[in-house]
Amino acid sequence: MSESIALSRRTLLKAGALAGGGLVLTASMPMIARAATVAGAAPAAAELSAYVSIAPDNTITIVGKNPEIGQGIKTMLPMLIADELDADWDQVRITQADFDPQKYGFQFAGGSFATPMNWLPMRQVGAAARQMLLAAAAQRWGVPADTLRTEKGRILDRSGRALSYGEVATAAAALTPPDPAQVTLKDPKDFTIIGRAIAGIDSPRIVRGEPIFGVDTQLPGLRYAVFERPATFGARFVSANLNEVKAMPGVEDVIVMQGGDDPALLVDGVAVIARNWWIADQARKKLAVQWDAGEWGSHSTAGYNARAAELMAAAPGSVLGEAGDVTAAFAGAAKVIEADYSYPFLAHVAMEPMNCTALMHEDGKVELWAPTQNPTAGAQGIAKQLGIAPDKIAIHITRMGGGFGRRLTNDFMVQAAAIAAEKPGVPIQLIWSREDDVRQDFYRPAGWHRMRAALDASGQLVGMDNHFVTFTHNGQVSLETSMTPDEFPVKFLDHMRLGQSTIETRVPTGALRAPRSNALSFAYQSFLDEVAHAQGKDLPTLMLELLGDREPFPGTNGPFGPQPGFSPPRAKAVIEKAMALSDWSAPAGGGRAKGFGFYYSHLGYFAEVVEASVGSRGTPVVHNVWVAGDVGSHVINPFGALNQVEGSVIDGLGQAMGLAVEIENGGAKQSNFHDYQLPRMPVTPKITTEFVRSDNPPTGMGEPALPPVIPALTNALFALTGKRVRSLPIDPKQFA
Amino acid sequence: MAYRVDINGEARELDVPAEMPLLWALRNELGMVGTKFGCGMGLCGACTVHVDGVATRSCSLPVGSIGDKKVTTIEALAETSVGRALQEAWLDTDVMQCGYCQAGQLMNASALLARNPKPSSDQIQSAMAGNICRCACYTRIHDAIALVAEKGTANV
Repeated sequence: MSESIALSRRTLLKAGALAGGGLVLTASMPMIARAATVAGAAPAAAELSAYVSIAPDNTITIVGKNPEIGQGIKTMLPMLIADELDADWDQVRITQADFDPQKYGFQFAGGSFATPMNWLPMRQVGAAARQMLLAAAAQRWGVPADTLRTEKGRILDRSGRALSYGEVATAAAALTPPDPAQVTLKDPKDFTIIGRAIAGIDSPRIVRGEPIFGVDTQLPGLRYAVFERPATFGARFVSANLNEVKAMPGVEDVIVMQGGDDPALLVDGVAVIARNWWIADQARKKLAVQWDAGEWGSHSTAGYNARAAELMAAAPGSVLGEAGDVTAAFAGAAKVIEADYSYPFLAHVAMEPMNCTALMHEDGKVELWAPTQNPTAGAQGIAKQLGIAPDKIAIHITRMGGGFGRRLTNDFMVQAAAIAAEKPGVPIQLIWSREDDVRQDFYRPAGWHRMRAALDASGQLVGMDNHFVTFTHNGQVSLETSMTPDEFPVKFLDHMRLGQSTIETRVPTGALRAPRSNALSFAYQSFLDEVAHAQGKDLPTLMLELLGDREPFPGTNGPFGPQPGFSPPRAKAVIEKAMALSDWSAPAGGGRAKGFGFYYSHLGYFAEVVEASVGSRGTPVVHNVWVAGDVGSHVINPFGALNQVEGSVIDGLGQAMGLAVEIENGGAKQSNFHDYQLPRMPVTPKITTEFVRSDNPPTGMGEPALPPVIPALTNALFALTGKRVRSLPIDPKQFA
Repeated sequence: MAYRVDINGEARELDVPAEMPLLWALRNELGMVGTKFGCGMGLCGACTVHVDGVATRSCSLPVGSIGDKKVTTIEALAETSVGRALQEAWLDTDVMQCGYCQAGQLMNASALLARNPKPSSDQIQSAMAGNICRCACYTRIHDAIALVAEKGTANV
C-alpha cells in the first residue's frame, strides 16, 4: 500500500551561467508550506528553492538550505540531488545558505519534516540537471541524447567517448530546463548515493577544531555580553547597583533592558558588556538586582502536584473528545483499572549554550550570526521587538551545537539584537551561561493523567478514560502541552473519553524532541501494559489485538502539507519485528527482564524492547535495546539514521532515569550538569536497530525513535520487580 | 599582569587577570575557538585541553596557575600520531551528530591513548565518563577509540 505525499505541485526551473563558465540551476517549487505550530508562525505560502552549480573543473556545488543542528540535513538533502544527478559524491561541495525566504522558502529544523518535504523535489532537481547535461553532450557530439548514459559525473556514449559534466556545463546553461514533473527519476535499484553510509560533510572541520559553530563567530572589534534575568519567570526589574558594576575593571557597559510579557521576545534584564566574556560574567555575578516577582513567586512543583491531584479527583474542566458511551461502559464493566501517571518539566541543554552575534549597522540594518532552528521566527521577533522592517534584518545561519527544539524559540536572537541596538557599530556576542540555559528554557511541560480502563466479563478492553491535567498561560493552553484527540488507542476503542483540566502558569514551555509524544508515550504505553497484565497477556500481544485488521486511516492536512494517516499494518510490522529481534518470548534471565513500547510520531513507526536489571541502590541498568522502525522505503543515509536512533534511545533513557526541572519560588531549581545529570558513556546500552522497509516515501529520523523507549524501560522494571513506575523520573528508592 | 604561556609550542602573551580561566583566554584573547564552553564548572568536558599531556578542564584552570607547563589544544591535535589516528577513526566511524563536544572528547581520548595505548572497553568507558555528549554518540566514540587501540598509530 502506498501513501503518496503530494508535496511538489508545479516546479519551475531556471538555468543560468556561472561567472567563469558552468551551469547554475535554480528550482522554485511553489508549495503550501504551513508553518508548524511549534514555530508559532502564521500559515503562509512558501517557495522552496534549491541550487546546483557545476563548474568547468567539474566541481558540483549544492546549497544546503536548512539549519544543521546535528540531525545531518546538510549532508542528506544534497545526497538526494547528487544521486539523481549521477554525480561522484567526492566532487560535491556543500555550502550553507543564509536566511533568505524569497530564495529558499521554509528554512527550518524541526518536526522531522525535512525528509518527507524534500524527498521528491530534491530528486527532481538533480534529475533535471542531469537531463540538461545529457542534452548538451548530445549536441556536442551530434548524437541522440537517448544513446548516452551517465556515471559518476561523466557522460559516456556507446563508442566509449566520455565528457565530464564540467566540460558541458557552460553549454547546458544555455538550454531551457525541462519541466521537473516530466523528468524521469531513477529506478531506486540504481541509486548510488541514497542508501550509502556517508559521513557528515562538516566532520573533517570539526575534528580539527575549526570555527564552525555560532559561538565561534569572530568579528573585528567584537564585544561579549551576558544578560542577567530574574530567577522568577515574569518578574520585573526594579533597581540595581549599576554604577558599582560599571566601574569594575574591564566592564564596558551595563544596560538595563526593559522587556515585556512574552518570554520569546525580550524580558526585563541587565546586560553587561566587556571585551572578554568571563569578565562580563564575573561582573554580572556582582550585580545586586531587585526584582518584583509579583504573584508568580509562589509557584512551585509541589504546588502544581497538589493542584493536579485536586483537579484529577473532580470532573474534567473540558472534554476534548468522546466516542461511544464511556459512562455506560464503565458502569457495566466487570473490572476497572485506574492509575495516575505524571512527568516533570524538562530542559533541553544543548551542548552549545544559547548565543547569538549581532551587529547594528549605522544605516539601521541589523546583521546576525545565529545558531537558530527557526530563523523565520527569529526575524519576526526582532522586527517586533525593535520595531524595524523585516528587510532590515540579515541572518547568517550557523551550524549548531545541538537543538532538540530549544532553538525553535529565538529569545536569544532578540536579546542579542536588542543589546546590539544600544551599541550601533559594535558587534555584540551574547553568550548564556549554562545556568542561564537551564533556568531560562522553554521547558517540556510537566503533565498528569488519570487513566481508567474498563474490561468486560471476558477480559476485553472496552473503554478508556484519560483525564489530563496541563497548563495554561493567560487562559490559553501553553505551548506543546496539548493532547491530540487521535492518540492511540483512541480510534481503536468503542468507548473513549479525553478530559482536560488546567493550571495557570508562567513557566515558559516549548517543543522538546518528539514534543508531546515524549510524555504521552509513557502514560499510554505504561497504562496499556497494566491493562495487558490484568488480562493475563503482554503488551505487544494486546497491541496486535487492538490494531487487528484495521485499514490505514486516511491522511490529514498536516502542518507542512498532506500527511499520511496512521497505518495499523505498518505498526504491526514493526511490533512483530521488535518481538523477533529481541526474542521477546524468551525470558531474559540472569536478574534481567524485558519491556516493550510502541509509538507512532513524526510519521515514523517505532517498536522497542528494553532489557534491564536493577543495580546498586535501586538504580535501573539498561543492558540491551532492540529497535524496529519503519520510516518508509529508504533509509537515505544509514550513518546519520543509526546515529539518530541511538541518540534518541539514550536521550529517552536519560530522561526516564534522572531528569527533571523542578519549580521553586516561580523559577527553575536546577542550574547545571551537577543537578541535571545527562547520561554518560558508562550507562550506554547495546542498541540493535533494524528498519522495516515499506512502500512509502522516506520520513525523518530526528524524533520518532525516542518516545517508545521510555515505557519500554518502565515496563521492563515492572516485569522484573512487580513495581510500576507511574511518575518520571524513575525514583531508584522504589527499587532499592 | 601579563603571562607567557606555552600554547601548542608557541609562547603566547596573555595580559589577563590571574583568575581568568584558560578557556576564555584561548577563546576571547587569542581567538582560538576550537576549545568549547559547555558548563563552566568542569562537569561536561567540552573545554578539555592537555596540560603537560594531562587532560585538563580549561574552564576551571586559572591562567595564573599554568606557569611553565605546556598547553596543547584541539588545534594542535594533528601534530601527534595518536591525534591523527583519532581524527581518522572519528571520520571513518562517523562519530558525531552536532559535533560541539567532540573537541573535548578527542582531547580526552588522546590523553588516554598516550598513557595507555591499549585500553580495555571498561577503561575507555571510565576514562571518557567525564565527557558529556548531549547527542549521545557514546557507542561510536567508544568504538572509534577502540579502533585506534586495536590498529595502533604507527602508520598515521
